[in-house]
Amino acid sequence: MIDDIARLGAWALARLGGLGFGLRFLLRLTWLSILSLGRPRLIIEQLYFIGNRSLSIITISGLFVGFVLGLQGYYTLERYGSSEALGLLVALSLSRELGPVVTALLFAGRAGTSLTAGIGLMKAGEQLAAMEMMGVDPVARVLAPRFVAALIAMPLLAAMFSAVGVIGSWIVGVQIIGVDPGSFWSQMQAGVDIRNDIGNGVVKSMIFGVICAFIALFVGNEATATPEGVSRATTDTVVASSLVVLGFDFVLTGLMFGGL
Amino acid sequence: MDNDTFLAVESLSFGYTADRLILKNINMRFRRGSLVALMGGSGCGKTTVLRAIGAQVRPSRGRVMLEGVDVHGLDRAGLAAARRRMGMLFQHGALFTDLNIYENVAFPLREHTDLPGPMIRDLVLMKLHAVGLRGASRLMPSEISGGMARRVALARSIALDPPLLMYDEPFAGLDPISLGTIAHLIRNLNAALGATTMLVTHDVAETFRIVDYAYVMAAGEVIGEGTPEELMASTDPRVTQFLEGRSDGPVPFHYPAVPIAQELGL
Repeated sequence: MIDDIARLGAWALARLGGLGFGLRFLLRLTWLSILSLGRPRLIIEQLYFIGNRSLSIITISGLFVGFVLGLQGYYTLERYGSSEALGLLVALSLSRELGPVVTALLFAGRAGTSLTAGIGLMKAGEQLAAMEMMGVDPVARVLAPRFVAALIAMPLLAAMFSAVGVIGSWIVGVQIIGVDPGSFWSQMQAGVDIRNDIGNGVVKSMIFGVICAFIALFVGNEATATPEGVSRATTDTVVASSLVVLGFDFVLTGLMFGGL
Repeated sequence: MDNDTFLAVESLSFGYTADRLILKNINMRFRRGSLVALMGGSGCGKTTVLRAIGAQVRPSRGRVMLEGVDVHGLDRAGLAAARRRMGMLFQHGALFTDLNIYENVAFPLREHTDLPGPMIRDLVLMKLHAVGLRGASRLMPSEISGGMARRVALARSIALDPPLLMYDEPFAGLDPISLGTIAHLIRNLNAALGATTMLVTHDVAETFRIVDYAYVMAAGEVIGEGTPEELMASTDPRVTQFLEGRSDGPVPFHYPAVPIAQELGL
């Protein structure tokens, strides 16, 4: 019994220590990210790798999510005879919820894993140690530009996801099923609030950007410098990012749209 | 400390855990401009000495004095400045795999100087010329052999003309031609730059041809030191076992274990 309590205490202390370590790392990364704005070339390079290279998966996923929303939304709304509200339903679902969340989950899988593996392999190949020995701080030179690029990319990708999703649902709802295009667009225009719906969606995706980028970079930087260590770190990134994003989404939705 | 000493390691002890020391009370002196080898079997702590000098690990006891300043007492900015004066060649080169050969060598110059592009280009090409790889400047690290990667890393480590050069096992895994080339380069660069040079290695023959002085380490301790001639004349059985490469001796062939008869239940 006493042993169990001691173990619990040791576990809690270790977790607290880890949390403090992570927080200090986040503060340092944030400060160095601000400084890295002075070297835009490094950020643009990363923006290309993190943002542009994620475009295909984001747009294709957005299109299919839009297709499905069009079908399912029509099926449900039709029961109540209000299928013309399809545009509004789809736009609200995407801008408030699905856009930021699904983009963040895809981002963790596509960009997060590549960030973690890239940093982990640089560590395993002693590239980060070599940089340190040249008097160059790897957190400032390697991690910070990636962090800034991810923060810029995430809201843009989420916006792209939502926009393509709306087009997807328009293709299915209006072009295939035959919902009235006038009411599809006008209900959407009348019912979606720029600040409350789109604005909050953008804030959400910015927060998810911080979460995904920080977890990917932190886990990569702390990875054990072996093939097993890097592969474990890559998995950890996806699992941790997804869970934290989903947890935060619940809290943020409660705070932003009421209910909590 | 006398003026002639560029770098001194004083009573250095280090361990990742408190009860198991990897370095035990190491004392070393490196004269300005000398070429000194740190020799010893795998796992004896040679590389850890380099890491302690570069302040990548913090010793549990002792000091590393670089021109009279303890590198472990420096703040982050001071340490970065001290490291700019050290060139380090990592065991496998540690080239940046996302940059080509040219950009790898240009990296320290771009990070630490405000030199105009054409001047950086001239410097990089001169460094690459010194290691014979000017023609390979547009290749990526994945497109060159291990020996070439080592030479590129060598060019990168001398990019800022540092007064201290540290080579971690530069001969490991190289064919005889590449090995000879690297040894020749190390000796020439030491003479040309006047840099104090440390060579971590277990290649006795090649090393004794080029160094001025050598330390022999075993199990985290310095067991012998002197010029190559002095070491060859040593009668310490631990030193002679290493230099002659005998598999058994004071350094046992077997990892500590219970007797084999007991283990097999005989």
